[in-house]
Amino acid sequence: MKNIHVSTKVNGDEMEFICPPDETLLDALRGRMGLSGAKEGCGTGDCGACTVVMNGRVVASCLVLGAEADGAEITTVEGMSTGDKLHPLQQSFIDNAALQCGICTPGILVAAQNLLERNPDPSETEIRYWLAGNLCRCTGYDKIIKAVQIAAAEMRGA
Amino acid sequence: MNFISKTKADFKVVGTRVPRPDGVDKVTGRAMYGADITVPSMLTGLVLRSPHAHATIDKIDASKALALPGVKAVVTSADLGVPEDDYLRDVQDNCLARGKVLYHGHAVAGVAAIDMATAKAALKLIEVSYTPLPHVTDVDAAMAEGAPVVQEGRADESVPEGSHPNVTTLQEFGHGDLDAGFAKADKIISRSFKTAATHQGYIEPHACLASVGTDGKADLWCCTQGQFFVREMCAAMMGMAASQLRVTASEIGGGFGGKTTVFIEPVALALSRKSGRPVKIVMTREEVFRATGPTCSSSIDVKIGMTNDGRITAADAQLRYQGGAFPCETVGMGAQSAFAAYDLDAVRTQGWNVLTNRPKEAAYRAPGAPMAIFAVESVVDELCQELSLDPLQVRLINAADAGTKSSYGPTFDQIGLKATLQAAVEHEHYRAPLGENQGRGISCGFWFNFGGNTCVSLNLNSDGTVGITEGNPDIGGSRASISMMAAEELGIPYEKVRTIVADTNSLGHNDVTDGSRVTFAVGLATIEAARDAIRVMCERAAKVWGIDPDAVIWEDGCAKPSGHNAGAFDPMSIEEIAASASDTGGPIAGHYEVNAEGAGVSFGVHIADLEVDPETGHTKVLRYTVFQDAGKAVHPDYVEGQMQGGAVQGIGWALNEEYIYGEDGRLENAGFLDYRVPVASDLPSIDTVILEIPNPGHPYGVRGVGETPIVPPLAALANAASRAIGVRMSELPMSPPKLLAAITAKG
Amino acid sequence: MVQVLLTGSMRALAGGQEVVELEASTFKEVMDGLRAAHPALAPVIDRGVSLAVDGLIYRNSWFTEVKPDSEVVVMPYMKGG
Repeated sequence: MKNIHVSTKVNGDEMEFICPPDETLLDALRGRMGLSGAKEGCGTGDCGACTVVMNGRVVASCLVLGAEADGAEITTVEGMSTGDKLHPLQQSFIDNAALQCGICTPGILVAAQNLLERNPDPSETEIRYWLAGNLCRCTGYDKIIKAVQIAAAEMRGA
Repeated sequence: MNFISKTKADFKVVGTRVPRPDGVDKVTGRAMYGADITVPSMLTGLVLRSPHAHATIDKIDASKALALPGVKAVVTSADLGVPEDDYLRDVQDNCLARGKVLYHGHAVAGVAAIDMATAKAALKLIEVSYTPLPHVTDVDAAMAEGAPVVQEGRADESVPEGSHPNVTTLQEFGHGDLDAGFAKADKIISRSFKTAATHQGYIEPHACLASVGTDGKADLWCCTQGQFFVREMCAAMMGMAASQLRVTASEIGGGFGGKTTVFIEPVALALSRKSGRPVKIVMTREEVFRATGPTCSSSIDVKIGMTNDGRITAADAQLRYQGGAFPCETVGMGAQSAFAAYDLDAVRTQGWNVLTNRPKEAAYRAPGAPMAIFAVESVVDELCQELSLDPLQVRLINAADAGTKSSYGPTFDQIGLKATLQAAVEHEHYRAPLGENQGRGISCGFWFNFGGNTCVSLNLNSDGTVGITEGNPDIGGSRASISMMAAEELGIPYEKVRTIVADTNSLGHNDVTDGSRVTFAVGLATIEAARDAIRVMCERAAKVWGIDPDAVIWEDGCAKPSGHNAGAFDPMSIEEIAASASDTGGPIAGHYEVNAEGAGVSFGVHIADLEVDPETGHTKVLRYTVFQDAGKAVHPDYVEGQMQGGAVQGIGWALNEEYIYGEDGRLENAGFLDYRVPVASDLPSIDTVILEIPNPGHPYGVRGVGETPIVPPLAALANAASRAIGVRMSELPMSPPKLLAAITAKG
Repeated sequence: MVQVLLTGSMRALAGGQEVVELEASTFKEVMDGLRAAHPALAPVIDRGVSLAVDGLIYRNSWFTEVKPDSEVVVMPYMKGG
């Protein structure tokens, strides 16, 4: 198989890489671009640990080909904070103990950020359904939902 | 100086909700987990797994794989020795099968190649000749006459003659006269239960990177609950001196007991030794399901007698667990914990472990207890229904307390069960109205909690801040809790302390992060290490002041003269002592090494409201409240997090999760799509009520909290479902088809 | 003398006795005494046992003190998750 040359924009930075046609975006991010914040929990799109935003849509990067990133704009957890300032969601997750082992946290943060961009004031049920594709095995989700609600309120006020 | 031996009551740092030290790394993607490390010249390792549930391995021919360009090494069990120790040999044989494959997915060979594509191609070129054998995957079927024998000669001396060779142990507990007890009962209920095997379901698959030099020095990076245990096992299998194998634990993406053993680590080490290059192996999710440890499945009979006014007169349980293809002791802990919540005159539990053609069980949060207590708490609930008694009051009447001779032998010291039950009785949830097709269930839960081998080093930095080195991977926020206890003891702010988890070269042996032991045992060692450092700091102050060290006390981060007779000196702060350390005698540190005891058992009570759709059998958890005695809650957020997370794992076990085997002995649902763990939209808020009844065995009264919360949900939800539909549910999980069948059968 | 309580499945290996009386002042002496009095218990002890002394469970610790009036229960070795 001939490798493919891909030009993409990740977290605002122009990036280029070469990958085999069957390589996933997740592997390209982790293996070729040095962005290991997105995690592989299943490789089948069931756990959400690899969640990134591509052209404004939340995707499981394990189900996207690296080649599909050509010309796309991608946001990962590494792009959430600005300089030394955390995104309100990131700060809220720390302040409200919304993470334990932390392996699902990058995917959940990326998904939650996308939700709040679409809907700055989601109900608890809307948050729970939006995050239903992101498995967390440690927390029972309770503190995650609360952290998103608190961050949303802060962002609306800001 | 002397330290107060009684349990401390006034806290400045402990009990607050400080930010966790690993927080920023984990929300920015910087935290390094098992699969996140790469090194130069690294090879990709993969594992070839058995396509059969049970077969002899007649021949392995790797010549074609080795001839493929880019393939650097293939290993099989022949590359490791044959350990004499039964336990070590079982762990090793599970990592690489020797002679026979014992379950579908059992590892047969490992390959290392220059990249993933080459490694995948090489796996297909390894030729293994098998002779398939009959298999068995059900616990009851595996005990029956004529069942296929999984392994010969594995029964220990407790197994009665005439038992099937698959039965490996019989563990019995109890006291009193059962016949006399049952004779006193007004009502006796006997019922049989079954629970499916469930997986810990950590989101991070196992991953490791091994690097073995030609000089025999090796490094291993892996996600594990115990780097020292990994070193011990791997060094023994590799025939290496422990000193030459340094194991570093990565950040761990969940464990719940499942990362207390080794699977791919010895394979990666063997591949690295053979290829002379670093080798990284990362499991797929399918491999995690097929070949790492789920918990046991079970088949349990419970018989309980009760008087009309709710007093239990006798209790008996037969527990049959299968823990896969290797001997497993988990049933013993089920048998010990089954009736732990009750003060009983006559009680007996008998636990049988049975071999099957399934993956080797690994510990899962309170191993053995959830299924045993599910069965017991279901029968207690049914008795309450039959005798029209309040289920919480019946538990209060029979609750174990200080001085109760426990069902497993020892007499309880201070325990918080009655206070926990009382809190549940008084909670508004217990009186809230229920609608149609809704039921409310309650259950008690129990776990022993452990202490164990622990080392902590505490170093005073030259600016008066403190570094702590400990040896237990942090899976629930323990670095924060340990820093908090150090800050508390030293009388300095939390922000001045940083705790790291060290590699195996940096400390003496630490037991794995298991048994809810870390906050208890590492915390205890940290407090003692701080006291060790305080002694030195007081001596330094005494030298400077020219007074007796016994005349110096430590208070609020300062050495002070103990009174007017000691002399009129201004307090000397930890910063001043640190700054002058090189002048007063050299660097200052404290350390403590202990086999910690006195963990103190833990009880919890859960209330669950469940709605069952009578048309479909679909369930919805409406409301859930967890009550638990945490001893002193060092960081209440993380205690709540343990209670909520454990409860939700138990909810998954009760409602959805199960290993499903086909007739061919293959696991049919090795992925998160078909093995369904609870998702956010399945659940309500999990409310928590923390009780703080100090553990007399810890200087701050800390009790382990992590495991107990997974225990009660099984029965709490089964009791809720049974009350909602009017049929007793005795099989887990209560998936919609099972509930619908029960509703339909009732008519 | 210390009274050592054996859990059910160990009783069969100690001639059916529930309680074994021993001269012992430590965890290790209890184990050594049991081994001497009832050789059939040796494999169980060699695989590892826990000892509950006055309600506290010890997974190891040879020199844990055992007093004549201590409640001593020998249990299987335990692991957690």
